[in-house]
Amino acid sequence: MIDGFLALYIFMLAAFTGYEIIARVPVILHTPLMSGSNFVHGIVLVGAMIALGHAQTPFEMTVGFVGVLLGAGNAAGGYVVTERMLEMFKSSKADAGKGSK
Amino acid sequence: MNWLPTLIKACYFLAALLFILGLKRMSSPRTARGGVVWAGYGMLLAVLATFFLPGIHNVGLILAAVLIGVSAAWWTGKRVAMTAMPQMVALYNGMGGGAAAAIGAVELIGYVRELALLQPAGMPGGSPAVPATVPLSPVELALGVLGALIGAVSFSGSLIAFAKLQGWLDRRFVFPAQRAVNLLLLAAAVLLGVLLASGHACVPLIAAFFVLALLFGLMMTLPIGGADMPVVISLYNALTGLAVAFEGFVLGNEAMIIAGTVVGAAGTLLTQLMAKAMNRSIGNVLFGSFGAAGGEAQAIDGAQKPIEASDAAVMMAYAERVVIVPGYGMAVAQAQHKVWEFAQLLIKRGVKVKFAIHPVAGRMPGHMNVLLAEAGVPYDLIADMDDINPEFAVTDVALVIGANDVVNPLARTDPASPIYGMPILDVGDSRHVIVVKRGKGTGFAGIENALFYADNARMLYGDGQAAAGQLVNELKTLDD
Repeated sequence: MIDGFLALYIFMLAAFTGYEIIARVPVILHTPLMSGSNFVHGIVLVGAMIALGHAQTPFEMTVGFVGVLLGAGNAAGGYVVTERMLEMFKSSKADAGKGSK
Repeated sequence: MNWLPTLIKACYFLAALLFILGLKRMSSPRTARGGVVWAGYGMLLAVLATFFLPGIHNVGLILAAVLIGVSAAWWTGKRVAMTAMPQMVALYNGMGGGAAAAIGAVELIGYVRELALLQPAGMPGGSPAVPATVPLSPVELALGVLGALIGAVSFSGSLIAFAKLQGWLDRRFVFPAQRAVNLLLLAAAVLLGVLLASGHACVPLIAAFFVLALLFGLMMTLPIGGADMPVVISLYNALTGLAVAFEGFVLGNEAMIIAGTVVGAAGTLLTQLMAKAMNRSIGNVLFGSFGAAGGEAQAIDGAQKPIEASDAAVMMAYAERVVIVPGYGMAVAQAQHKVWEFAQLLIKRGVKVKFAIHPVAGRMPGHMNVLLAEAGVPYDLIADMDDINPEFAVTDVALVIGANDVVNPLARTDPASPIYGMPILDVGDSRHVIVVKRGKGTGFAGIENALFYADNARMLYGDGQAAAGQLVNELKTLDD
């Protein structure tokens, strides 16, 4: 499907990208970022959909169904939780501006 | 009809780009909110595109699973209290790991089926009627097995972390030779994995492999104490990312490889940063001697001395400098708004008030900052541990609300203590310490706190919300 070395290059570059993104992040963003990256690996949903889409026996379909269920939970839950966390940063900024002056 | 696959590939590319840009934006407070929305669009695009992938069957089933999963997670995610966020992250992360393991399982089972079809035919040329999946190459097989292993460990481990933070599983679960048993479990799982990857796949072997992997995740997480959970969750987050990347390789999906790898690398670094903030190495957290350090804990002399809210309020009203140290107890009591109201009254009286945040206050680094931000506390009043610790010596009153382990001097003085070595806030250096606490119990790590018995410490018993309310009222009567 994908040439082995090409995949290796993708892997290497993506790893550096991830590392660079997180380096120099203030501590207050650690939790939201953990949650955000938790959401991003919700892309596993796509893989689970492909796996279920290729499943042929009832057994495979059952396992695939569970996979899609879990993946969907990861993606949706991760998004909601991250958004709610970051929501507070925004409202706090506005309130803090009013409160301190 | 050649444009459809290209269009889908383009969607995946765009999704990967949006994920990276979104994460980048999330790493700065100014742009963080937009970041998650960008990543959200990427996810939507990738999921929608997948429905149109050529050769996808069971669309009804997929749609049903997606709808059920999304609505259940959306509903719980919206309803859960902000204080419960850390365990929700653990839960959703575990689901991702489970999904990766399920992908691996489906691929392996399918591989066994195809193998059985191929063998009588002899040559691969006589391919089965539905060539939906090409038999996997050895590299794909190995990565698929590895991804499944990591995903399954992350799944069961994250669920244990969730149960612990939720309070369903309190305390640690320790037995003799635990490390040896865990190592044996892992070795057995890896051995079966190698067998699977080298082509000796059959369904019972696959089942045994998953049982062992799940069991290992379970056993590895059970002995880890609650105080170390943030690091563990972050580690499982990184592991799930890796598992997703490996399964992405098996499925030939670049978006999964990129997103998974980015999360794997970012999560690893984040785990290191968190562990460093707690002065612990990752190895120490996972296999370390949390609570197994041997020796009796130091006995603590003296008694806890109570104080009335009125006295505490007067003490702080006429103080010059007050440092408020919030902890998880304040979060549970939803007292952050009352505490900020109290702090504002103090500030109005000319008291210099600061909030001191331990790196792991709450249940995760930055969790307390989020909660204080929710209450409207301005950034410049919030101080990190390293900045505030020298200031305690010139502080009149340190008000500890619902924090326990992060202010426990035993971390500094008692080598037998499970939290020995963890940096703490030196509240004991201030002239007076007032501790708002619900009862006389121990903290999350289950350790007695020497601070509560110190000569300059007074205990204000009560729920954080109620105590802060009392303090506010007492201050107001002072002003009248």
